[in-house]
Amino acid sequence: MTAAKTKLSIRGVTKHYGAVTALADATLELGEGEFLTLLGPSGSGKTTLLMMVAGLVPPSSGEVWIDGKLATYAPPNKRDIGIVFQNYALFPHLTVRENIAFPLQMRRVPSAQIEAEVKRVLEIVQLPHVAGRLPRELSGGQQQRIALARCMVYRPSIILMDEPLGALDRQLRDQMQLEIKELHARLGITVLYVTHDQEEAMAMSDRICLMNNGRIEQIGTPQELYFEPRSVFVAQFLGESNILDATVRQAGVTMTLAGPGGMELRGHGNGGAAGEPVKVIVRPERLRLLGEREAAENVAIGTLRETVFAGGVTRFFVALPNGPVLSAKQLSAGGEKGPRIGDTVRLGWSTEHALVLPERAA
Amino acid sequence: MSDIASAAGRPPLGQSVWVRAWPIYPLLFFVVAVFLYPVAQILILSVFDPSGHLSLANYSRIATTPVYLQTLIITFKIAGWTTLLAMLAGYPVAYLLANSSVRVRDSLTLLVLMPFWTSFLVRTFAWMILLGRNGAVNRLLMSLGITDAPVSFIYNFTGVMIGMVHAMLPLAILTMLSVMQSIDTNLVKAARTLGARGGQSFWRIYFRLSLPGVAAAGLLVFITALGFFITPALLGGRRETMISQVIISVVQELLNFPFAGALSVLLLAAAAIVFYLYDRLLGMSTLSGGASASELAAPGHKSAIGRIGALAGERLIAVLGWLSDRFGDLWDRLFPLRPDRPHPSISRAILWGAGLAIVGFLCLPSLFVIPVSFTSGTFIEFPPQGFSLRWYQTYLGSVGWVNATIRSFIVAGLTAVVSTLLGSAAAFVLVRQRLFGKVAILSLILAPLVLPRLIIAVALFYLYARLGLVGTILGLVLGHTVLAVPYVVITVMAVLKTYDERLDQAAWSLGASKLRTLYHITLPQIRGGVIAGFLFAFITSFDDLTVALFVTGGSTSTLPRQMWNDLLLQVNPTLAAVSTVILVFVTGFVILAEMLRRRASARVS
Repeated sequence: MTAAKTKLSIRGVTKHYGAVTALADATLELGEGEFLTLLGPSGSGKTTLLMMVAGLVPPSSGEVWIDGKLATYAPPNKRDIGIVFQNYALFPHLTVRENIAFPLQMRRVPSAQIEAEVKRVLEIVQLPHVAGRLPRELSGGQQQRIALARCMVYRPSIILMDEPLGALDRQLRDQMQLEIKELHARLGITVLYVTHDQEEAMAMSDRICLMNNGRIEQIGTPQELYFEPRSVFVAQFLGESNILDATVRQAGVTMTLAGPGGMELRGHGNGGAAGEPVKVIVRPERLRLLGEREAAENVAIGTLRETVFAGGVTRFFVALPNGPVLSAKQLSAGGEKGPRIGDTVRLGWSTEHALVLPERAA
Repeated sequence: MSDIASAAGRPPLGQSVWVRAWPIYPLLFFVVAVFLYPVAQILILSVFDPSGHLSLANYSRIATTPVYLQTLIITFKIAGWTTLLAMLAGYPVAYLLANSSVRVRDSLTLLVLMPFWTSFLVRTFAWMILLGRNGAVNRLLMSLGITDAPVSFIYNFTGVMIGMVHAMLPLAILTMLSVMQSIDTNLVKAARTLGARGGQSFWRIYFRLSLPGVAAAGLLVFITALGFFITPALLGGRRETMISQVIISVVQELLNFPFAGALSVLLLAAAAIVFYLYDRLLGMSTLSGGASASELAAPGHKSAIGRIGALAGERLIAVLGWLSDRFGDLWDRLFPLRPDRPHPSISRAILWGAGLAIVGFLCLPSLFVIPVSFTSGTFIEFPPQGFSLRWYQTYLGSVGWVNATIRSFIVAGLTAVVSTLLGSAAAFVLVRQRLFGKVAILSLILAPLVLPRLIIAVALFYLYARLGLVGTILGLVLGHTVLAVPYVVITVMAVLKTYDERLDQAAWSLGASKLRTLYHITLPQIRGGVIAGFLFAFITSFDDLTVALFVTGGSTSTLPRQMWNDLLLQVNPTLAAVSTVILVFVTGFVILAEMLRRRASARVS
């Protein structure tokens, strides 16, 4: 990835709307053939960032470089990018063929060549038979693929996708995720993808750029973000987390902490110096219900409040004596085995799965 | 409780649709008796000669008298030019409205609707003040040294155009806006990112998709303009006489109803032909407003005319796109865009400039009646001489004006009450019952909005003449109710459509009777819509000249009728005082109605 040519470089880009800062000092690089996802809740600035790359919203400051050329304030038609919009934005009065031909006509490509190119991309998305139809005569998934084909036909440096699967139902979305991923791998296109769906982001991306409140929280591979979140926000946004308030007793690679009610905890991370308040993050699937004699590096004793059976996994909600409720996720055991509501249970987890993060007002 | 017990064992009586639909019957009866019957009669009358035999004498008289054909040609010419100019001026405003933020759109819409909300006569009078020989515009031109002698803006074609375009612009803008708002803004953005310049993406995508709105607006403006008579009478010269004016003089001077009927048929036929051509070209569905822009734009099956029209249209759009593309290229070569700095959008600045100028044209002129009314001089002039209330004193000291004012209030009040009762009841049935022929019934109730008002007025005059209702308040109220009831039906239906009927069901299940549910649950929720309907009905009556023109006269005049007489005979500052009162009153009223309507639909939804 590092060796690849840089296709997109965003340098210190900021956007203000009056007193509101929609995006603060965003810096980001995208290599050739990379699939990078802007992930975040609504209002986090991800769409603003995408629109500035597209040239549809001018930044207040900063620079945007596309394929080695400065493009900060270049008009969208001079940028060499393609966008797949959330609702596809297929021109309703043009047929599929005319829709795909549109960008080539705008580039004054000879019509014989247009014909061949349209045919080529329709075959790539496996829809050569719909060329004469109008967009509204296509299913959602087909419209999605045509929108993609319309972008690919003129081979832009980057393809931007703005929540392209948002309008599809669950099943079709899963299928289209695979298809887009496969096209990306096969054609080596460079993709900047926007979504608020963390599972979609993790399933598809080479790297994820997680955004919050107009700021980039963390950029990294899905694994990095999941296992080594740099902030409580990242830990909470990706997957589920148990978050415990704690104070550092002894700093170091392995830290000793005072948890809720003085419970002793051990964890790792870049938490901070002794005496500082921190947060300890443990994923539910890392919590184990301990047997009578079983020991663990961290142990919490509490009352089982609720059991939720969800097929393959079962969730246990355990209330600790001093307030917090921990959620544990385990593979379901057959039969009626296991603790019952009201029982006192012991939860255990290892130090390597307890991540200590500095406290930050979110 | 006893209700439930008695109804429990057997299906309740009166559940047939026809019985349940009873609240609509009073209105239906009314519309048939006071609208359908007289209008049909006056039209049918046209094919009889004075002795009562079937004859086409009236039509052959039209065909053989050059004056009538000439009038018809003039009518078409004026309507055509009005349509063209209203389209050209209205499109940029509609575009701005459709593409600005909700807040900007709401306040601009308020301004665009100003002409709708000011009395027609007041508006026309305002143009007379502005454009007359000693009017504000001529004073300005001469003081700037642009002209030496006053320019003739009125009593000619120019005056008629200014007045009519001004009157028709709101309709044109709102009709185009409704289609433009359904255009997905992402489409233009997509076109831009796909490599289209601003011009190409506008012409090939946005303009192309807005065409159904343009066509619908053109149709509505043209057909409405065909029936005009106030503007050409007051702002035009003899050569701008339109067919409606001829009908008026045929009725008022010759009392020749059969011939007036024949001319009415001609006017209707002209409108029908335009409708037919429109339907062939674009299909009627574009008018209903229910279809989205994308559906409208789809090349479905069309007639031969439609296909030729579509093909020519596509070519034209391609040429326009190509031209703007080349112009853009040239511009870029002269003033290359730099990627390292933001660039102001010149086209956007031009658009806003033009749009705001047109909005100013729409909402400012009427305001000129206010300063003029306070003049201490004896003539209408701008700027006014000194300050005095003498013309208000003249107004209030004149028995004729005061009586006309009181009469207008009484008639408008009664009309509003009757319309609200009949219209609201009917609206309930139209929204909530599955009724056979609902579309036909609704069309009949709303027909007075589309049919030239003059034809209704002539028909009512003919009916009233035989019933002895001419000059009576009852006659006026009945006539005005025909015109006003569609507004009540539309507003109340709109509120009811967004009203969740489950609230009523909840009330019934909680033990309330139907009547108590209506009173305690339904009415409080839809009150805003009903009051808005009431106010619109009031204004419709208060502002009506057409029906009053025939049904009143002399001592039984209403305010608009009195104004009309003075405008034709002796324009004086009293008119400005009256206009100011009407302006303040009517505009205040309508803004109140509009606010209530908006709040009502906001709350219910």
